Amino acid sequence: MLRNYFKIAIAVLRRKKFFTFISLFGISFTLTIVIIVAAFVDNMFSAGYPDINRDRELFVSRMQIRSSTNASSINAGPSYYFIDHYVSRLKTPAKIAILSGNFPVTTYLNNKKQVTSVRSTNDQFWEVLQFQFVEGKPYTKQQIDNGEKVVVISEAVRSNYFNEGVAAVGKYIELLNMQYRVTGVVKNLPSASNVYADIFTPLTLTQEDMHEPSLVGGHTCILLLDSKANIPKMKEEFNQMAAKVPMDDKKIDNKIFDRKLVFADTFLESFVRDFHAGFTEGAGAGVDIFILIVSIFFLLFLLLPTLNLVNINISRIMDRYSEIGVRKAFGASSRTLVYQFIVENLILTFIGGAIGVGLSFIIVQVINSMDFMYNNRISVNFHVLSFALLASLVFGLLSGVYPAWRMSRMNVVMALKAQ
Amino acid sequence: MIRLQNIEKVYRTSAIETLALNSISLDIAKGEFLSVMGPSGCGKSTLLNIMGLLDAPTKGDIKIDEQRTDHFSDKQLAQFRNRKLGFVFQSYHLINDLKVLDNVELPLLYRTSSGNERKKLASAALEKVGLSNRVKHFPSQLSGGQKQRVAIARAIVGRPEIILADEPTGNLDSAMGSEIMDILLQLNATDNTTIIMVTHDEYMASKTHRLVRLFDGVLVQ
Repeated sequence: MLRNYFKIAIAVLRRKKFFTFISLFGISFTLTIVIIVAAFVDNMFSAGYPDINRDRELFVSRMQIRSSTNASSINAGPSYYFIDHYVSRLKTPAKIAILSGNFPVTTYLNNKKQVTSVRSTNDQFWEVLQFQFVEGKPYTKQQIDNGEKVVVISEAVRSNYFNEGVAAVGKYIELLNMQYRVTGVVKNLPSASNVYADIFTPLTLTQEDMHEPSLVGGHTCILLLDSKANIPKMKEEFNQMAAKVPMDDKKIDNKIFDRKLVFADTFLESFVRDFHAGFTEGAGAGVDIFILIVSIFFLLFLLLPTLNLVNINISRIMDRYSEIGVRKAFGASSRTLVYQFIVENLILTFIGGAIGVGLSFIIVQVINSMDFMYNNRISVNFHVLSFALLASLVFGLLSGVYPAWRMSRMNVVMALKAQ
Repeated sequence: MIRLQNIEKVYRTSAIETLALNSISLDIAKGEFLSVMGPSGCGKSTLLNIMGLLDAPTKGDIKIDEQRTDHFSDKQLAQFRNRKLGFVFQSYHLINDLKVLDNVELPLLYRTSSGNERKKLASAALEKVGLSNRVKHFPSQLSGGQKQRVAIARAIVGRPEIILADEPTGNLDSAMGSEIMDILLQLNATDNTTIIMVTHDEYMASKTHRLVRLFDGVLVQ
């Protein structure tokens, strides 16, 4: 049966070459866009260098303190004090990476001015994140505790500051008017990385007063767990801890902030929380709603080419009245015919999808070779291809069902009379 | 084999009502070859469509092989047509995108049969109509007579008990028409297939067992 459907689908495609071209162009163009967008999204959300353990990490990246008496709130990363006094005492995490926000710093070497982005980190940062050291090694806990002025730099910084082929480890760069010794050089990070920076310094060198007992600061911590299965347990422990953290009823600008919201989120939850820049008062972070909204946008995006394809399919079907009449006369039920035309449409869509995948591979190569997203390499990988397959399926079904249903309702006698 | 009782068919539009068949009662025995004649527009094809369950009567009962069919669902009707009935149309209604063999296989697609079995049966049906050498041709590569023979092969491939032929020789010259008629007569004689044929040709009708005439939707003979 399927072989017969396939034969007729191919024959119909070959018979109406112009319609076929329009259909395939629409399908492949739409799916190319879908695949490229999916490749970007995959690049953003999938684990990748250096954050390769993302599936067993939780992120504490936002702390909100609120006033019960009015709508005021302060929304920022948690303070080092909060992380050090409360988060670091949790039992479930295997490692805890602490990192400051990414801030631009003007640096000098040989009177050469460069603006680079800098982060301060703790020692476990280098264990949670899997950096590839092309030279040297990370700074140690002891160096941090001793307040040593040491840095880890990226390959890009090395090539900007030192001559090609010259080792940077042991050499000094100027940062905030102080000399810092390079302990290691890491492979460049993609600009979309959640821990992106050009230079990493020990936390003890930040400008923030690390011992001020405030909840809101500018840090993020990443809790690395032994396994993904520990995520619910970790969240529960975190929430219990957070509930016990006392508020000091801080008064800022005559407003009393007496409530706090802080969560340990998965990467996606953390992204969604940042995305709507607010707090849903629950651990879910509004991920369900976010996915729903994205799905609706996705369907709306597919709707226009789908309607176009529906029209083309109806025109194609009008050419096949006689065939429909014959099939019905010889034993095809309406349901069988719906099935046949949907299968035919899926064949068309998958051919368009295959062209779309081919085009996407070419476009991805061009995007990567242009490097306009600084070290971000998108790819049409298994996830993206699966998504493309799903999109083709949705597209094929959406555009095939209505014409197929309409055709199946056709009166046999009328269909046979039509030539 | 087929019993029609007080069959009435009315076509309605917003403006007019047309009575296409008026109180038709007819019994057709198993193995009978019946021809239906009458002027254009008298309701011959409508009657054939009703007997073939392609159209429903407005009033009256139809029984095929002792079974009433008025309560059948779309799926049941499809299965019944597939098992019991075969159709031959004046304008062949072959699917131009499929080869001869695939066209003949068509009724078997709606049964549970393997690809090999379908091929075997379709080849046998084509052999019966003398077209074994045209299996890989497309309909556009055949003459009118050959097309009608393919249509007959398609009608008989599922071994139906009844064949309904709507002017099967209408588009053919007399020599070709006679060839097609011979095939139908042979099917009727050797396989005991019941055949109901609508025709305008008195000579063809004279070769069948019985002739009924329609005039303005009424059986006159």
